[in-house]
Amino acid sequence: MRKKGDEHVDKERRTLCKLLLVGTCSLILPGAAGAVAEKKSSTSWYGTTYKPSEHLYGMGIKVDRCIGCGRCVDGCKKENNVPDEPFFFRTWVERYVIADDGQVTVDSPDGGREGFKGPTEEKRAFKSFFVPKICNHCEKPPCVQVCPVGATYRTKDGVILVDGDYCIGCRYCIQACPYGARFLHPVKKTAEKCTFCYHRIVKGLVPACVEVCPTQARVFGDLMTTASPISQFKRMHKIVVLKPHLNTEPKVFYADLDMEVR
Amino acid sequence: MLKHAGTNFITRIWYGIPEQVRHLMVPCVVILGALVIAHHLFVPRDFGLYGHYRASSVLENAERPIKYAGSQACADCHGDIVTTKMTGYHKGVACESCHGPAAAHTEDPENVKPSIPRTRSHCLLCHEYLPSRPTGFPQVVSESHNPVKPCITCHQPHDPKPPHALKGCEACHTNIQRTIVLSHHASLECTVCHDTPKEHNVSPREYAPKKPQSREFCGKCHAQGAESSKEIPRVNMASHGGKYLCWECHYPHMPEAH
Repeated sequence: MRKKGDEHVDKERRTLCKLLLVGTCSLILPGAAGAVAEKKSSTSWYGTTYKPSEHLYGMGIKVDRCIGCGRCVDGCKKENNVPDEPFFFRTWVERYVIADDGQVTVDSPDGGREGFKGPTEEKRAFKSFFVPKICNHCEKPPCVQVCPVGATYRTKDGVILVDGDYCIGCRYCIQACPYGARFLHPVKKTAEKCTFCYHRIVKGLVPACVEVCPTQARVFGDLMTTASPISQFKRMHKIVVLKPHLNTEPKVFYADLDMEVR
Repeated sequence: MLKHAGTNFITRIWYGIPEQVRHLMVPCVVILGALVIAHHLFVPRDFGLYGHYRASSVLENAERPIKYAGSQACADCHGDIVTTKMTGYHKGVACESCHGPAAAHTEDPENVKPSIPRTRSHCLLCHEYLPSRPTGFPQVVSESHNPVKPCITCHQPHDPKPPHALKGCEACHTNIQRTIVLSHHASLECTVCHDTPKEHNVSPREYAPKKPQSREFCGKCHAQGAESSKEIPRVNMASHGGKYLCWECHYPHMPEAH
């Protein structure tokens, strides 16, 4: 059955396998060790007592309180240096006009930044209201899923951020977002979006749009804390999210939202 | 294979591998090496530390400068205004809603001043009438509500009490109303002196109210023999003023004699 020489070959094969294993390990291990060392050195990335994993941020919007003044749009643009052109917004306000025959008209001149001008309808309006829109900071974000380079991601505190230095400007995420919350920065040519004012919230402030809203139509807080404004908002109101059938699990909650709102 | 048997261990193994595999291994090692080097050069060190992204990007996002200081920062210095605002209708309106981003002002209060919007258009951003606004929110139709006048001439923006609705004569004659309340004639109804036809309310120019046409009308209170309160100043109707009507010299809405 077996020839005598085969035993010799078996031995050599075993040695080869060993060598290959050692060789592979010697290639991988230094890198792994380096990564581990780096991980140890940068556990406290923010330099303060702030621990991202202890927070989960969300926003609540009371539609019945919005007066369409556009202060949030203006505040956001000023806080985040959003380009002034009237088609780049991190947050914007839409006016819904529902006519007697059920036809829905939506407009948002300059995102509502300069307020809204008088009634526009030719038909008699059955009802009308304002809806502020913003990135929904989905728990299952389609934009993060499609990014080919890992330039957009979900932080441990639940905020969806963009790495402007790493973004290649392929616009894939802009296409993927079902809420139209992203745009391509006209100068940097990278994707941009609402960050929940990440630089403010890690310091204990609220996002700029929440800060300036004169009617407290916007509520912000930590979903992990039961006493936070957002948790209270969720308890006190009947809430819905936008496009729930897409299963994106938004963290922007709406109270008193009309079924016509998309 | 047998040719190399008996030489050292490594060489024996190497030549133990079939020739075609040996040749294939060379490009494999080269490609693998190139990949390792490329990964080392092009992928940032902190990529993948927290997830499939560059860890320091979180820090970059968190370190951007703040423009809106937050109302707490305003209250630290402007406590008086905060106290005024606290009980008014604007208590929920943050300072920076109207005054704009003020973080730079908190760092250099002397040289950087936040804006003070005094124009009518600023107030109208919230208070212009729009059918889409929630019911009950205070709104005006700016075209008919004191046009041109800045809102702040009548309304204190830090405590904007809605002015009471003007009724009766003062609805139109506000200036006279404001004058007379400070004078000795404050307690007199307008109609005591002005005989006003009812139609004046509807067509004010066609049915004008009348002014007193005789000296005796004022004399009913101010003549020496008049049956009126003793505090009321008296004049000698015969010698004082001659042929003139009283109100030609004394303005009845502010009749203090100089």
